[in-house]
Amino acid sequence: MAEFINFYLFPGLVLGSIYALGAIGITMTFGILRFANFAHGETMTLGVYIAWTLVQLTGFKSMAAILLVLMPVSMMLTIMIVLLIDKAFYKPLRASPVIILVIASFGLMLMIRSVTQFSWGVQLKTILPGIQPRMQFLDFFSFPLKHVFIVGGALLLMYAVHHVLTYTKIGKAMRAMSDSPELARLTGINTEKVVMATWVMGAGLACAAGVFLAVDTQVDTMMGFKILLPMFAAAILGGVGKPYGAMAGGLVIGVAEELSSYPWLGDGPLLDPGYKQGIAFAIMIAILVWRPTGLFKGKSF
Amino acid sequence: MDPVLYGYMLYGISLLTVGGMYAILTLGLNVQWGFTGLFNAGIAGFFGIGAYTAAILTTSPHTSHVGGFQMPYVVAAIAAMLVAGIIAFLVGKVCLKLRSDYLAIATIGIAEIFRLIVNNETWATNGPRGISQIPRPFEGLPEPLNQFAFLGVVLVTLAGVYWLMEIARKSPWGRVMTAIRDNETSAKAAGKNVETFRMEGFVIGCMIMALAGALMAHYLKFVNPQTTDPLLATFIVFVMLVIGGSANNKGAILGAFLVWTLWSASEIVAPRLLEAIGMADAGIRSAYVRIFLIGLLLQIFLQKNPQGLLPETRPSSPGKNEP
Repeated sequence: MAEFINFYLFPGLVLGSIYALGAIGITMTFGILRFANFAHGETMTLGVYIAWTLVQLTGFKSMAAILLVLMPVSMMLTIMIVLLIDKAFYKPLRASPVIILVIASFGLMLMIRSVTQFSWGVQLKTILPGIQPRMQFLDFFSFPLKHVFIVGGALLLMYAVHHVLTYTKIGKAMRAMSDSPELARLTGINTEKVVMATWVMGAGLACAAGVFLAVDTQVDTMMGFKILLPMFAAAILGGVGKPYGAMAGGLVIGVAEELSSYPWLGDGPLLDPGYKQGIAFAIMIAILVWRPTGLFKGKSF
Repeated sequence: MDPVLYGYMLYGISLLTVGGMYAILTLGLNVQWGFTGLFNAGIAGFFGIGAYTAAILTTSPHTSHVGGFQMPYVVAAIAAMLVAGIIAFLVGKVCLKLRSDYLAIATIGIAEIFRLIVNNETWATNGPRGISQIPRPFEGLPEPLNQFAFLGVVLVTLAGVYWLMEIARKSPWGRVMTAIRDNETSAKAAGKNVETFRMEGFVIGCMIMALAGALMAHYLKFVNPQTTDPLLATFIVFVMLVIGGSANNKGAILGAFLVWTLWSASEIVAPRLLEAIGMADAGIRSAYVRIFLIGLLLQIFLQKNPQGLLPETRPSSPGKNEP
């Protein structure tokens, strides 16, 4: 039981909270700008490399310093870059059919990736060197300290999202526009402002999710693309345009991926770990077949 | 013949051969994106399905992968198209009734799953090491005749696909397709079964992509998971179609040859340019510069000239232009 929790369930929650943070941006872009943003994974990667560069420049080595000081700075820088990208590449296409925006984001995915690979190279890097200590609870539960930080940080950020969406004017406007863009416009909501806020939220959270993933694993130019599909699946599972759905969807997919290699039947893992990446896709297809609106009754176009 | 000239000639042949295969891929995408308005982000997957099917069916027995069927090329190509068509049908069943974004996500997923299967099912595909010694039509002929002959195979196939797609475009079927793309509601009101038409467009497009994949397997004589690199096989085909002109079969072919020529010429020029300005690792980094520039080219076309070089021309309705 302790093994199940220590090595399957808790790592699943860690992965799930990373997916959840990433999926919030995807679902909000999908709901408010109305297109599936393929470049979201690369935004994440870019944020990680910005953070990595800051770590090298400042020489900070402790997890607390990286997560509490450098991560917010990287989030700001990522947000600024994404706002510039919006101005140059998405804004001119606002009046075009949405599918043109999808193609543009597909192109941007490769453009951002090539910039990352050009500037930093493709060799694996680490953001947090050394062996990380584990934390012991009640004799049999033991988690790496970094995992505790990741889950805690993700919960904090999700709470912040909840606060913005529930209590601030711009947050309410975002939800209104996601629910019905025409109605939102009629009530005098400044749509450009809402679009900006969506990018700010999406890019900031993408950077945070990326840094968490980098702290957990490694820094790699393909890391964002590798988790793009799970993030899409989380957004669809939770219901498109529903930030809380994306959070729940992310957690479900992260846990499902980790639990898939638990020896449920017999001794070997239930599913060959080589196919772990297929889990998100399988869940996504299942939800598209049986309940395209997702768990939280999002949009189905 | 002068060896330098001979080298240029071989380069020209390979440019036309690979360009021709990309033109077939682009024609396949044109059925989906150009005429039907469907976004297939998993071109690499269907291309790979075609390549692997053809490879497995035509190779001689080998210990590292399933095979030894040694089927004729035509049979293998048809089988490749059928396999891709069946998978496309299943994907379409799930996604075509939803908005186009979902199809994009699901198809990129199919491409990824295909890559997972190829990498993991080593008994069938030899995993990351791939399948080698795939036969190529006319490879027994003396050099460079064999190169010319295979180029001929590609160009004849391209001409055949083009001819069929032109017939389809001008037929009532093709006109319904564009009607659905431009105004789904009115097409529905006219009594057209939108979902069936979309499915037909999607499946036909994927089958054409698989055909291109089969040709590529024979041309390279080797396939591995890298052959279906999502970048080259998906993105560049989109760039080709958007630049050439969506919904125009001639534009698709023009875009394919044009972008492929630019792409391979830049492979020679870009590293030297970067080296000339004194950049470190010019060879590796030039690849990223090229990808960035081709992405930028796509963005410029999307913003300034979304119709492409050869804009769509609608076939005239029968009866209208008759005397």
